[in-house]
Amino acid sequence: MSTTMPKTALHLSARPPKWSARMGAWIVAAVVLVAAPIVFTSSASLTFLSQLGTLIILALSYNMLFGQAGMLSFGHAIYSGLGAYFAVHAMNLAADKALPMHLPVVLVPLVGGVAGMFFGALFGYLNTKRSGTAFAMITMGLCELVFALSRMFPRFFGGEGGVSTNRSYGEPFLGLTFGPQVQVYYLIVAWLLVSAALMYGFTRTPLGRLANAARDNSERLEFIGFNPHHVRYLTLILSTFFAGISGALAAINFEIVGSESLSVARSGDGLLFAFIGGAGAFVGPIVGAILGSLLTIKLSDFTMAWQLYLGLIFIGFVMYGPGGMVGIATSAWRMRRRLSSGPVLAWWLCAIAASVVAIAGAVTVVELAYAYTFGPQKAVVAAWLQSLAGGSGAASLVLGLFLLLSGLAGIYTSRQRFKHALLAAPADTFTRSHP
Amino acid sequence: MEYTLITILNGISYGLLLFMLSSGLTLIFSMMGVLNFAHASFYMLGAYFAYTVSTWLGFWAALVIAPLLLGAVGALVERFGLRAVHRHGHVAELLFTFGLGYIILELVQLVWGRLTVPYAIPADMDRPLFTLYTTTFPMYRAFMMVVALLMLGSIYLLLTRTRIGMVIQAALTHPDSVEALGHNVPRVFMLVFGGGAALAGLAGVIGGNAFVTEPAMAGTVGSVIFVVVVVGGLGSLAGALLASLLIGIVQTSAVTLDYSLSSAISAFGATVASDGVFNDVLKLTVAQIAPLLPFVLLVLVLVFRPRGLMGTRET
Repeated sequence: MSTTMPKTALHLSARPPKWSARMGAWIVAAVVLVAAPIVFTSSASLTFLSQLGTLIILALSYNMLFGQAGMLSFGHAIYSGLGAYFAVHAMNLAADKALPMHLPVVLVPLVGGVAGMFFGALFGYLNTKRSGTAFAMITMGLCELVFALSRMFPRFFGGEGGVSTNRSYGEPFLGLTFGPQVQVYYLIVAWLLVSAALMYGFTRTPLGRLANAARDNSERLEFIGFNPHHVRYLTLILSTFFAGISGALAAINFEIVGSESLSVARSGDGLLFAFIGGAGAFVGPIVGAILGSLLTIKLSDFTMAWQLYLGLIFIGFVMYGPGGMVGIATSAWRMRRRLSSGPVLAWWLCAIAASVVAIAGAVTVVELAYAYTFGPQKAVVAAWLQSLAGGSGAASLVLGLFLLLSGLAGIYTSRQRFKHALLAAPADTFTRSHP
Repeated sequence: MEYTLITILNGISYGLLLFMLSSGLTLIFSMMGVLNFAHASFYMLGAYFAYTVSTWLGFWAALVIAPLLLGAVGALVERFGLRAVHRHGHVAELLFTFGLGYIILELVQLVWGRLTVPYAIPADMDRPLFTLYTTTFPMYRAFMMVVALLMLGSIYLLLTRTRIGMVIQAALTHPDSVEALGHNVPRVFMLVFGGGAALAGLAGVIGGNAFVTEPAMAGTVGSVIFVVVVVGGLGSLAGALLASLLIGIVQTSAVTLDYSLSSAISAFGATVASDGVFNDVLKLTVAQIAPLLPFVLLVLVLVFRPRGLMGTRET
C-alpha cells in the first residue's frame, strides 16, 4: 500500500446501492429541495437555504479532489473566488450592455465555471505534478499568491470593499427578474441538481475510477499504462469548473464579492465540510455542508463560540471518525446485527448518553467562559444556563465541570464494556474485508 | 550605504526569528512527516504566555518559563493527539494540526481577547545600541539576533555532540532501524515535537514584543515559515537557516523599495500612458510585490527543485 494514500478515504463504493435505490434518492433530494421554501417560509431561512446550496456544490467539487483523487487542497477558494469575480464582472458588463451578446442571469454560473476551469487549467498543470503533502503545500502557496495579488489590482478585485453588482439587470428571463430571493433559490437549486448529477456521473466514468486509482496507488496506475499526473490534472480541471459555478452562484446570491473569498481560510471551509460529512462517500460532502452551514451560519446567532465548536468537531472526526458522519453511519449499519444484541446495544446507548452529558458539560463551560471574556451581549446560551442555576455563574460553572467530567468517565467505562460485549456478540451474516 | 546596511541588519534579525520558528518545524516535518500547521500557533501562544508571565515575574522569567510551557503543550499534543491520529496516515495528521491551529486561535481570543495585548520590550533594552551614520539600531534587535544565534549553536551541539542528538538524527532518516536497536522512537518523536514547540515558543517570546502580539500574528508568519522549510530543504537545519536569511532580507529590503516598472521606463526617457490596460501592472512598486515573493519562491522550488536548496530528499 502506498504511503501517500490518504487513509481517510473509505472505499464505500465497493458495493454500490441498487439502481432503483439511487434513483429514488435523487428524486427524494429533488422533491425536498423544491418543497423546502414552502415549509421554511421566512426570508432568513430562504437566504440560508440559498447559501447552503452554493456551499453544497463547493463541498462536492472539493471532494472530487480530496475524496476521490486523494488531493488535499488548500487552494480551492482560488477557483470559486475567481469564478465569483468573473461572474460579477460579467453581470456588470451585461447590465451596461457592453457584452457582444445578451447574457441572462441563468447562464452567469457558466461564466464562473469556465473562469474557474481556465484558472484550474492554468495553475493545475504544474501543481498536479506532485501529490500528497507537496501538492497540499503548493496549493497553499498558490492560494496565498492569488490572495496577495488580489490586493494589488483594486480595479479588478475592488480592494477592501469588494465588487458589488445587481442581479436583476436586463430583460426578465421567462418572466423571472431574480429580484426576489425565492427565484434566486430556485436558480441555485437547478444548478445544484445539474452539478450534483454531473459530479455523481463523474465518479462512474473511467476517469473517475482512474482518479480513485491515483488516490489509492499511483505506482500501480503507472504500471498499467496511465499517467497519474494527467489523471490528477483532468480531475482538477473538472473540479474547478464546479467550484467556479458555486462561486458564481454565491455572487448572484449576495450581489457582492470580496477578496476574502480567495483566502486559504475559505478553502479550509470546503475541506472542513467534506471531511466532517465523510470524504469517502459521494453524499458525505452534502451532509457535511448541511451540518457545517448550520454551525457556521445558524449557530453564530446563538453563541460566539461557534468557531471553537467547529474546530473541536473537526478534530473529533479526525481523531475518532476519519470516515466522517457517513462513514460512522455506514459502519454502524454494517454492524447492525452485532449492535442489536442485548448487552452491546445497552453499552452503545450508554456511551451515547455519556457523550451527550459530556458535551452538555463542555458547552456549559465554554459558554460561560465566552460570556466572561466578551461580555453578555450575544451570550444567549450562557444567560439561559445561569438562570437555570439560580442566576449564579459559579454554580453553573461547577455544574458544567461536573457534567463534563462525569460524562468523560462514563464514555471511558462504557467504551471498555462495549468492546468486551462486541467481541462476545454473534458475528455478522456477511464479512467484508477492509481495504 | 547607510540604507543598505540597516536593511541588511533588519533583514538578518527578521530572518533569524524565522529560523527559530522553522528549525523546529523542519525537524518535525522531516522526522514524522507531519506538516505542522499549528506551529505558528505555538509561536503565538509563546508570545501570549510571555506577556502574562512578564506581567507577574518580568521579562527574563518569561524568557525561560514560556518556552518550557510550550514544550509541555507540544509534548502533550503529540502524545494524546498526533499519536492517536498517526494510524490514519499523514493526511490525517496534517488535518489534525490544521484543526488544532483553528482551536488555539479561538482559545487565545477567549483568554486574552480579540485585541492587541500591550506586550512591550523590557525597559532596559528599549534604547538604541549604536548609530550607523544617522540611523539608530535598536538594542532589542541585537538581543533577538544573539538569542537566535545562541539557540542555533545549542541545537547544533545537541544534535551532533550528544547521544540523544545522534538518536534524533538517526531517527530522521531510518526510524525503523533505530527502533530495532532498542530506542523508543515514539518518545523521541514526542521529545522532538515538544522541543520544536518550545523553539516556536521562544521565538514568540522575543518576536511578540518586537512586532505585535495579536490573534492575527500566527497567520502572518504561518505561511512564510512553510516557505522557509520547503525552500531550505527537508530536515536540513543549514538549509532552513539559509532560506530564513534569504527570505528575511528579501522581504525587509523589498518593502522599502518604491520603484515600479513605470518608474524604470520613465528613467529611460519614455512616458507611460496613464490609462492603459497594463497600467496597474506597470505602476506596481517593488514594495507592493514584496508579500508575493515568498510564495512565488515556494511554488517554483516545489515544482522545479523538490529537494529544496540544501535538502537531500524530496518533499
